[in-house]
Amino acid sequence: MTIPVAMTVNGKPASGKVEARTLLVQFLREHLGMTGTHVGCDTSQCGACVVHVDGKSVKSCTMLAVQAEGAKVITIEGLAESAEKLHPMQEAFRENHALQCGFCTPGMVMSAIDMVKRHNYQLDEATVRRELEGNLCRCTGYHNIVKAILAAAPAMKSAGV
Amino acid sequence: MTAQTGIGARVKRKEDQRFLTGTGRYVDDLPLARATYAHFVRSPHAHAKIKSIDTSAAKAMPGVVAIFTGKDIADAKVGGLICGWVVKDKHGQPHKAPPHPVMAVDTVRYVGDTVAMVVANSHDEAKDAAEAIKIDYDVKAANVDLAKALDKGAPEVHPEAPGNLIYDWEIGVKADVDAAFAKAAHVTKIDIVNNRLIPNAMEPRAAAADYDKGTGNYTLWSTSQNPHVLRLILSAFVLGIPEHKLRVIAPDVGGGFGSKIFCYNEETMVTWAASRVGRPIKWTAERSESFQTDAHGRDHVTHAELALDKDGKFLGLRVETVANMGAYLSTFSTAVPTYLYATLLAGQYTTPLIYANVKAALTNTAPVDAYRGAGRPEATFVIESIVSKAAKELKMDPAELRRKNFIPSTAFPYQTPVALQYDSGNYPPIIDEAIKIADYKGFEARRAEAKSRGKLRGIGFSSYIEACGLGPSRVIGQLGGGVGQWESAQIKFNPTGNVQILTGAHSHGQSHETTFAQVVSDKLGVPIENIEVIHGDTATTPFGMGSYGSRSLAVGGSAIMMAADKVIAKGKKIAAHLMEASVADVVFEQGTFKVAGTDKAVPLGQAVFAAYVPHNYPLEELEPGMDENAFYDPSNFVYPAGTQICEVEVDPDTGEVEIVNFTAVDDFGNIVNPMIVEGQVHGGIVQGVGQALLENAVYDKETGQLISGSYMDYTMPRADDVPSFKLGNKVTPCPHNPLGVKGCGEAGAIAAPAAVMNAVHDALAPVGVSHVPMPATPLSVWQAINGASK
Repeated sequence: MTIPVAMTVNGKPASGKVEARTLLVQFLREHLGMTGTHVGCDTSQCGACVVHVDGKSVKSCTMLAVQAEGAKVITIEGLAESAEKLHPMQEAFRENHALQCGFCTPGMVMSAIDMVKRHNYQLDEATVRRELEGNLCRCTGYHNIVKAILAAAPAMKSAGV
Repeated sequence: MTAQTGIGARVKRKEDQRFLTGTGRYVDDLPLARATYAHFVRSPHAHAKIKSIDTSAAKAMPGVVAIFTGKDIADAKVGGLICGWVVKDKHGQPHKAPPHPVMAVDTVRYVGDTVAMVVANSHDEAKDAAEAIKIDYDVKAANVDLAKALDKGAPEVHPEAPGNLIYDWEIGVKADVDAAFAKAAHVTKIDIVNNRLIPNAMEPRAAAADYDKGTGNYTLWSTSQNPHVLRLILSAFVLGIPEHKLRVIAPDVGGGFGSKIFCYNEETMVTWAASRVGRPIKWTAERSESFQTDAHGRDHVTHAELALDKDGKFLGLRVETVANMGAYLSTFSTAVPTYLYATLLAGQYTTPLIYANVKAALTNTAPVDAYRGAGRPEATFVIESIVSKAAKELKMDPAELRRKNFIPSTAFPYQTPVALQYDSGNYPPIIDEAIKIADYKGFEARRAEAKSRGKLRGIGFSSYIEACGLGPSRVIGQLGGGVGQWESAQIKFNPTGNVQILTGAHSHGQSHETTFAQVVSDKLGVPIENIEVIHGDTATTPFGMGSYGSRSLAVGGSAIMMAADKVIAKGKKIAAHLMEASVADVVFEQGTFKVAGTDKAVPLGQAVFAAYVPHNYPLEELEPGMDENAFYDPSNFVYPAGTQICEVEVDPDTGEVEIVNFTAVDDFGNIVNPMIVEGQVHGGIVQGVGQALLENAVYDKETGQLISGSYMDYTMPRADDVPSFKLGNKVTPCPHNPLGVKGCGEAGAIAAPAAVMNAVHDALAPVGVSHVPMPATPLSVWQAINGASK
């Protein structure tokens, strides 16, 4: 039995028919073909699947697709204004070499943007490290991720995003 | 141009655009029309006979396309998985090699062993059907505890390996080392367990396969660190598909750390089944499957003794190690605790006599194989733990004891007593720099200040050496390795002057697309934006050995340099023709061929164009085109070295260890991109810190159940477990490769466990604790402080 579901993904209407058990991340990856959002675990620990749902960061493996009915979802694919103009957080990750294999990166970037906003663009290293507890990275040792987020906070503020 | 993009520049990565915008393409992201999905049924028991498998109900479930069991594989005469490195024991006999079936036929040997494969129209349907398969097991006693694995009467994992012994191997002359001990003024002894780790690349292993009935060609997309080697193994040993009919593509791969070197059951099965099902098959591990079935790392039990004279000079080292192989021998498992471990036991020191005995044991646990550092972290942990312990016993400064025994810079090339010849190095300036950065002089004041806050502060050194850049093929062959260890490169110019570098190495986070482009930009003067690095596809790249053992730049980069030399040599001939000059008079400088002493000049791009549009070209003597291949086989390993200093604070009330300072100074030879190298060091250190403080693969000793089987149970390092790092570097160029480079990928993980644990032991010494096992969790530290560990 399938259930119709409709939401806005990266500003565009998206709909489909899903099973009740279909997770939001499955809907994004398998139904919409938006594979930028990754699945790195099965216990909602790694954070590779973080997206924004109605402006808040959410692990899309912990939410059913049907729970996102009518929601505004933003994924990593929807952040940059254009290929030339990335979101300040994406730019900071590039500038600071905050990614290696790239697998955790979408979730890191989405979590980091939400973190900066929740802290009103004011962050220190200890706060960033504590706030990253829901995102695992095995490559970078977090050093450059922390640097990137600290650099992005004022850049996001001045860009008004 | 080259100043900004050439060797030594902090070039931002070419890879980042796609990874930052969600347009990377990992195996699970591939859209395959008409795809089916595989799910594997795994053994819930560590050791059992399979009495029966009933798939009838499962076959009738919705969406099921096919179900295969071990019997189907056996009937189809599919070969077993191989161990590609033959280690000879101390009597010259090859190691025991029990069979490793692709799916269990009548016996399961670890929790997670593969029992059946369900293929269905969706992953959920495959999983649902898997639950309907009825398997009747006769559960046997399991051999789980490594410390008892070789005991008489321990349950036998394979009849082909009596007593669970794979080999009893040694290096060095025991009698000579024993004689050195007899003359020693002091002997330091240590018993350590090098804890078992689970690699946990963030992208789970995945495989997808397609079979083209018209051509008989197979395509396998795999999360592999070495697609050509995987194809070779599948073709020559397992599936019998001719190499030219099997294309293996390793697209974007999300980390490997060794765990994606090996040939596993699942990619074998999806490839085999793709032709039977007649549709593409996709499989992606769930994280719990990764925990159970990715090859694990480390897992040694070791007793070591160091003999010193009255001045603290090392006289000899004796090491006894039992290494866990798990239930089956994984692809390179046998080499890890022998040639990648015991040959490193000299460390940075002049220890004249070394003897090591290594026994490899089977247990009813997942296979154990190379994980970031592979043998070298275990060796470094032995040496650097025992040296620091000796310093404590002799009341010497740990840095001073190290300095006293360092191989002097004038002694290179230096022949160690355990086979390796170190090519280059200069260790004292490294430790001096580390001491300066870490403010070692100010430590006692910081310790006193911490004490006033009720904290125990400690400092620990780890001076590592490693052999990497695998490796000279002849040596690898003499040691029993089944493959060559060269690397390949092709530099292919297009008529418009842009360049494709095809490499046999594979990047799964290492940034080859940037580093290799820098090398070519520097060498040939081509703007970096006009260079593309292509890797990971057996159909497009030259046969290559892939990436592991910190080899890609030292070996793969050298092949690129050789191919670039061929480009220059050919370009000189073309340019000489165009300039009507003698080839001997043509020089190549910053992308342009010139005749010395004249204003004649031909840019490389013009020579390339002439090679593809050879209207004015010496066709009688020279082939058209500009497409050069090279294979580079190194003459030695490379030997990066460094010193790490870790400073911790222990809360005696909770047992919690906080890393408050961490310094690493490395010698990686010449550096192509410092930004990328620093990133490798950061990541390596945190994997080492993880081993020291957090990570532990735990099996229940009775049942063999993997207790640490998820991120809820296995403690991965998180951002707030570690500080920011202070790095430094020193350079002694590698004398035998054209770039003068040494590997940097594993160093952090090799050195860090000893640095952290030496700091923990230093912190705890004032409260009478001399040993805490890894990982030094709050519980084990608290127990040690309170005498509750026994």
